[in-house]
Amino acid sequence: MTIVDPTAENIVVDPNVVNITINDKPVLARKGELIIAAADRTDDFIPRFCYHPRMSSVGMCRQCLVEVETPRGPMMVVSCMTPVAEGQIVRTATDTVKKAQEGVLELLLANHPLDCPVCDKGGECPLQDQAFSHGPGESRFVEEKRHYEKPIAISEIVYLDRERCILCDRCTRFADEVAGDPLISFTSRGNDTQVLTFPDEPFSSYFSGNTVQICPVGALTAKPYRFKARPWDIEQTESTCTSCSVGCRIVVQSSRDELVRFQGVDIDPVNWGWLCDRGRYNFESVNSTERLIAPLIKSDSGLATTSWSIALESAARIIRTALASGADSVAILGGARGTNEDAFAWASLADQLGITQRDSQLGDGLTPEIFNLEQATIDQTCAASTIILLSPDLKEELPVLYLRVRDAAQKRKSRILEFTPRDSGLTPYAWRSVSFEPGRQAQVVRETLETQEIQEQIRRGEVVVVLGRANLAENESFTLHALGEIFHAIPNAKVLPVLRRGNVRGAVAVGLTPQKNSGDAIDILTKAAAGKIECLILLGSDPLADVADSDLVARAFNRTRSVISIDTFINSSNRNADVVLPAAAFAEKTGTTTNLEGRISNVTQQITPRGTCRPDWMIATELGLSLGIDLGVSSLDELHQKMTSNIPEFSSCANNPIINSDGVLMVSEASATISRASVVLVDRNSYSYRLIVSRTMYDNAQSTTTSPSLVGIITKSAIYVNPLDLARIGVVDGTNIRVGIADKSIVLPVNAHSGVYRGTAWLPYNHTTVDVRPLLDITSDVVDVRIEQLH
Amino acid sequence: MSRLTDKNLVIAKEIIARYPRQKSALIPLLHLAQEQSGYISREAMVHLGELVGVTSAEVYGTATFYEMFRFEPIGKYLVNICGTMSCALMGAHELMHHAEKRLGVKAGGTTQDGMFTLAHAECQAACTEAPCLQVNYRYRLRVSTADLDNLIDDLEAGKLSEEIPAHGVLAKVRQHIAPDRGVGAVSPELVDQAPAWLNGKAAL
Repeated sequence: MTIVDPTAENIVVDPNVVNITINDKPVLARKGELIIAAADRTDDFIPRFCYHPRMSSVGMCRQCLVEVETPRGPMMVVSCMTPVAEGQIVRTATDTVKKAQEGVLELLLANHPLDCPVCDKGGECPLQDQAFSHGPGESRFVEEKRHYEKPIAISEIVYLDRERCILCDRCTRFADEVAGDPLISFTSRGNDTQVLTFPDEPFSSYFSGNTVQICPVGALTAKPYRFKARPWDIEQTESTCTSCSVGCRIVVQSSRDELVRFQGVDIDPVNWGWLCDRGRYNFESVNSTERLIAPLIKSDSGLATTSWSIALESAARIIRTALASGADSVAILGGARGTNEDAFAWASLADQLGITQRDSQLGDGLTPEIFNLEQATIDQTCAASTIILLSPDLKEELPVLYLRVRDAAQKRKSRILEFTPRDSGLTPYAWRSVSFEPGRQAQVVRETLETQEIQEQIRRGEVVVVLGRANLAENESFTLHALGEIFHAIPNAKVLPVLRRGNVRGAVAVGLTPQKNSGDAIDILTKAAAGKIECLILLGSDPLADVADSDLVARAFNRTRSVISIDTFINSSNRNADVVLPAAAFAEKTGTTTNLEGRISNVTQQITPRGTCRPDWMIATELGLSLGIDLGVSSLDELHQKMTSNIPEFSSCANNPIINSDGVLMVSEASATISRASVVLVDRNSYSYRLIVSRTMYDNAQSTTTSPSLVGIITKSAIYVNPLDLARIGVVDGTNIRVGIADKSIVLPVNAHSGVYRGTAWLPYNHTTVDVRPLLDITSDVVDVRIEQLH
Repeated sequence: MSRLTDKNLVIAKEIIARYPRQKSALIPLLHLAQEQSGYISREAMVHLGELVGVTSAEVYGTATFYEMFRFEPIGKYLVNICGTMSCALMGAHELMHHAEKRLGVKAGGTTQDGMFTLAHAECQAACTEAPCLQVNYRYRLRVSTADLDNLIDDLEAGKLSEEIPAHGVLAKVRQHIAPDRGVGAVSPELVDQAPAWLNGKAAL
């Protein structure tokens, strides 16, 4: 919309612009806009509790009363429920309005305990602030206040204090409208009205932390922050979350040099202020006492603490020795965890050393070629008339993108055409959800796109394909073949690539990806298993725990002579490493990151790195010096300058302050296409089940297992089959069964799940108790397993 | 007690089919659940949520709004004795004391055999007939202590089972709507014609 100043000459009348007057000042508003939203663009603040610009208005709290002129004189209206009208005259601070606002506040406080001194919200509480600015100052109520049990845990993370609640409907509205998890609701009536979950059923939403952030009083508090800090001793900085590749803007808050809280920041192109609980609360892992704080070096009695100079020297010696037998004997795995600058420094070092074998993915993503297809942003995706999902379950892997796509389908008339091996979080919102057996997606996509109904829908407008890896137990080429079918039917479709690792797109752009036709992570590990790799450099990656093929990776590590790890924790891969260099974690370093749509935004240091940890880029330059290589940078600024001038994709963020707020899209040119290819269908024996292996939000990721508030909600391993198949296996829900392939098998509980299709079995990846990876063989196209009763 | 029985499940599906949106059927379904057990159990609420496609928290939120839905086991006969002004003046308190002594429970309690739940009630809009009480919301007017004794005797002996069904039963005759008169699962926004059974006449 363009807002036109009506007083200017050459007036162009925009039918969408409405002229109103707020407190005698002219204001331009959008047709259909609410008075309170228009007033938010002026200096006149209308007090409010229930109104939230990202949710529908309900007029619950009545605090935003204003006066509007009518032919019969001024009338009191609720400004969050009243749209603007041409010529409307609004007054927000007359004596009548003030009296009404004071009256409402007196009523809202009638039952509020005023326990601000012991309330987490005290000091940043809208109720407290507005009681001062718009309240009557004292109450006429002398009656006993309402009493409830103080706080009750409504989930593992969120606590509810019903005495403080003013029934604004923000949390319940968020759970229903935004998250789609209406697990909390108003219960009872009148004076007894209270927010509650169903008895004994927790508010187990992936987005529960947002309700704490938007609660306008201290009714909802979060376990990780309870009694940890007060708003006035918090220091904060704006940054970008790198837990996954959505790239939500956040405020990083610390107190006494320790992280205490992340809050979502509302930016239009990405997260709208929302965060998922994993991203919001896994800062606890940065504070973990298990963090690496000093370099470690292999000794007779295991890893021993050493100094940086000794560690760097021995790392350099190991690399030099390995390089002596050829550049092919060194490989770098990882690098998607850090900043663009970190990845660039390591890629530069690798360039200088001639190391071409590098991969920031671990065989669980897709080829970086997909970044060269015609790209769509998140906004373009959500504005498309058809959103084709050929992706993992967004709710599990990229939660805030799920919120955006769900919103597009619910409110913005986008239609979702989903191709999925099992029901996903978006299936209930899909216009059409088409299931396929892993390996057959290309055929299913082709047949579906040929139907008339689908073709009509496609002709309605833009088509965006959300593209990612839905299944770790199948060859990535199946997804690309299916994409080829989509491009064959819809040549102008755009792609939103959804690879999950935090900064994978930035790492790929700067060159932490296979170079000069050298192989990807799986090829590197296969070569290692054949004894052809002398030195593996692990850049914040843990292949022994993370690569889907445990057998391959174990053989690879057995045959690799030396391992150098740059990490924040001791993990299974660096437990026996030769050198472990402690890296600075998120919020301990500054730089930029790139999200899945190629949006570059800043990450900021807020606390001092633990111990002697250093950012990855600094480790790269220091290690370079030990190897006699000067990367030519002595500060982060220099590195950033060098990166923006050397990497054409990043030229857009050079000296661009927008990286500190909304972010800048990287320069991308569509240079690739994926065409139709013939696919060999792999038949399944009707006695076996085809595996779907995918990740869920809370798994054994290091940042989750080292966050005390999250570790308790990691799910235990189980296999899920269709209820009819469960009957066929002949066991009841929850029984331990044997899942086997060839000579390998694991024992774990089986559960019925109606979202899993017959003949397939869903095996969530990397959960606690049972390691499912022995079943997976990364070289096979698909994985068919037998499921048998234990005898 | 538990989820809907198979017999009630058939009725539930018929009720759901009457509404364009499944969750609109929630209140009649809650009545059905209350009819089945005398009160609405948690399992029943979970079941209703599954039937109409809402979470159990939403079922719980809706159900608890209404005072006459009960969530704890309750006697077969709920005896509500009015204690508001007119009835109080006409001896409601004495009536309550008598009832408490006779049934051996205090107001709000349920007898051991699960037959009676005794409760205070606010005005039941029968002030001219004070003191009044209701058994499962069926009136008894100008009730004396002797009347109350007789009433309890009759209820215990099952003499009034025709007139006063167990708590939760709304009516002896169940409403049936022929499938062709139901709105069916069509979203109201998509309905552009009056139902066929109106024969072209206005709805009201």
